[in-house]
Amino acid sequence: MSLSKTTLLKLSSFVLVLLAWEYAGRSGLSLALPSFSETLSALIEMLADGSLGVAFGKTLQPLGLGLLISIFLGVGLGIFMGLKEFGEWLFAPIFIVAQAAPLAALIPVLTFAYGIGTTAKVFTVCIMAMPILVLNTMGAVRNAPGSLIEMCKSFLGTRSQVVLKVILPAASPLIFVGLRLGCASGFIGIVLAELLITPTGIGDLISYNQSVAEYAKMYAAILSIIVTSVLFIELLEKTEYALFSPQKRV
Amino acid sequence: MTTAEPIVQVKNVKKIYPGNVEALSDITLDFPQGKLTTLLGPSGCGKTTLLKIIAGLLDASSGQVLVEGKPVNGPGPERAFVFQDFALMPWATVLRNVAFGLELTGVPKSQREAVAEKYIAKVGLKGFELKYPHELSGGMRQRVGLARALSVDAKVLLMDEPFSAVDEQTRRKFQEDMLGLVANEKKTFIFVTHSIEEAVYVSDRIVLLHRRPSRVSAIIEPNISRHLDPEAIRREPQYLDAVENIWQSLKKFLD
Amino acid sequence: MLIRGIRIPLFSSLILWALLWEIVGHTEAGLILPPLSKIFVRILEIVPTPSFATALYITGKSFFLGTSIAIAIGIPVGVLMGRVKTADALILPWVNLFLSAPLSALVPVIMVLAGIGEVTIVLTVVLFALWIIVLNARAGVLNIPPSLVEMARSFGATGFQAFVNIYVWAALPEILAGIRLGMIRAVKGVVIGQLLVSIVGFGTLFEIYASHFLMEHFWALILVLFVFAFLLNEALAWTERRFSYYASSR
Repeated sequence: MSLSKTTLLKLSSFVLVLLAWEYAGRSGLSLALPSFSETLSALIEMLADGSLGVAFGKTLQPLGLGLLISIFLGVGLGIFMGLKEFGEWLFAPIFIVAQAAPLAALIPVLTFAYGIGTTAKVFTVCIMAMPILVLNTMGAVRNAPGSLIEMCKSFLGTRSQVVLKVILPAASPLIFVGLRLGCASGFIGIVLAELLITPTGIGDLISYNQSVAEYAKMYAAILSIIVTSVLFIELLEKTEYALFSPQKRV
Repeated sequence: MTTAEPIVQVKNVKKIYPGNVEALSDITLDFPQGKLTTLLGPSGCGKTTLLKIIAGLLDASSGQVLVEGKPVNGPGPERAFVFQDFALMPWATVLRNVAFGLELTGVPKSQREAVAEKYIAKVGLKGFELKYPHELSGGMRQRVGLARALSVDAKVLLMDEPFSAVDEQTRRKFQEDMLGLVANEKKTFIFVTHSIEEAVYVSDRIVLLHRRPSRVSAIIEPNISRHLDPEAIRREPQYLDAVENIWQSLKKFLD
Repeated sequence: MLIRGIRIPLFSSLILWALLWEIVGHTEAGLILPPLSKIFVRILEIVPTPSFATALYITGKSFFLGTSIAIAIGIPVGVLMGRVKTADALILPWVNLFLSAPLSALVPVIMVLAGIGEVTIVLTVVLFALWIIVLNARAGVLNIPPSLVEMARSFGATGFQAFVNIYVWAALPEILAGIRLGMIRAVKGVVIGQLLVSIVGFGTLFEIYASHFLMEHFWALILVLFVFAFLLNEALAWTERRFSYYASSR
């Protein structure tokens, strides 16, 4: 199917859903279901009076910090585990268990240990983002093509040359995928942290408006965080494509 | 008659893989300098294993390999390897791929790029320096691998079924080009193939290897006149006879 | 991993970590992280109690109900998307959106619409599990070699016959993978749902333990959950492997 036809269908899909939302909201199905237009105007209102901006600022701080820590620690650990079998033996089981487990259950423990502040939230982002980041990086390094490593050795490459000039460039595309997945998990973490630990930022907007039955504003806040998350991940995907064009991968 | 001194000597090399799989059992061989010697044998007979042991990419379980009289315990600057699956870095240009051997030994950039450009032209890829491997055909990729091996100016060139991953027409062209290469470059070539015609076409010397556990079964020197037109060689009686003889020898090992 | 030629099994490092946990538990940090031995004792204490059984029943009900709904909707939708390009173009953007978006942000919406109770939990589970099941079912159908389809047609099979005899089997490896991943997400969904709603199932127990600082009980519950999630994953992965022998030769 042609690209334009796909785009057209994609657009009409969005329009259809928005129309359905608008109709459902107006038909009074539930008091707690504002229409799309109501949600949109609430969104604009919150943007205009700055409350949305302030809230995002408060949310993005622990998110950004958590993601940065997760990326540096996670990629570093993943590379170590990929290069050294001992590292894999020691750390991989923890992250494998973590991937399947409902990590959200640990949030109350973090709150108990670190209080209801930024630290607990940063840690929440980290525990959500790191497992997939570490395991992806480790896998990428471990699965670097043996043929290229052999070639490098045959031309007298030292171990560090093999790692820096062959293994890491070969693993980079997959490491970046892990980064993207880790960031998505990080967003999940910050939303959970804000809803469960103490509402600040976007979580506050959601909880407060929920408690005073300002549903349009509540929906608007939720919409804004979802849209932000999706756009951010989209951006990472585009960067990934630009940096690591598929044909230049192993 | 003067015999060329053997630049590579294989002495009593054995290779046993984990699980007690004996790939090579007691191989003793000499490779004369400046000649092209082929290791020929059925699939799985250990010819690539032997080649990689000579290259220093694999360790022998026992025995020794001497290159220029010195024992091999790893790769060295006097040996260069051409890989069956090309082993090109897909994220690097042709120029960087060809210069890679020089990059690893610390040759400065302008110098190594100049050398690389020379050999890129020599293998017929002039103009493709800034292309990426995915933009090249299989035959062109193998020529990049060849240029890379030539660039490091090694005395011994080890080629592991270099033409098996390209189509038939390209393969024939490569075989013809090989003759020119051997005549012009004063190097020793050790060639691995499972194609009898290819072996007889390009080689000065053919070593027939037994099926696993491998031994040297026979050594044949086709003695085909190199002054003939490359295409005429394929109709030469000596060529055809050699192919037939080898085929008869190897036929016994087919299941 | 090999030490001097002796093969050390995967996951054996967990024994090391368990030892570390035990030691840390006896230090000051033991307030937050009690020794593993004491936690094991609590597990044996809690599991036979009626409150645990109730929580387990409620949680299990929501989990299996939600998962069944997700599978019942997800597989047909995924297959439809794989077979009909128009449906694919219309639905895929939403699937991708919901896969990467922080779904926990939508739980408050479910809460205000469906109230505070089991229904919300079940809907949360469906929300978490559905999208990956759809995506994998679609991938499974897309992976069916065209030659198999042509073969079915050339022997005169009707649409339904082809579906039941060929397509389902050919797509099964991916469908099973989707179910496994969906169930893991369902576990996360049920826990997150219960934490946010907090008057149902394990959420209740977590609330009680956290507010009374009963850390040993808390960790006991977490371990039970984590072990369950891990075993579920392994069991499903085993089933998946039984069918994947033909996956690569399709």
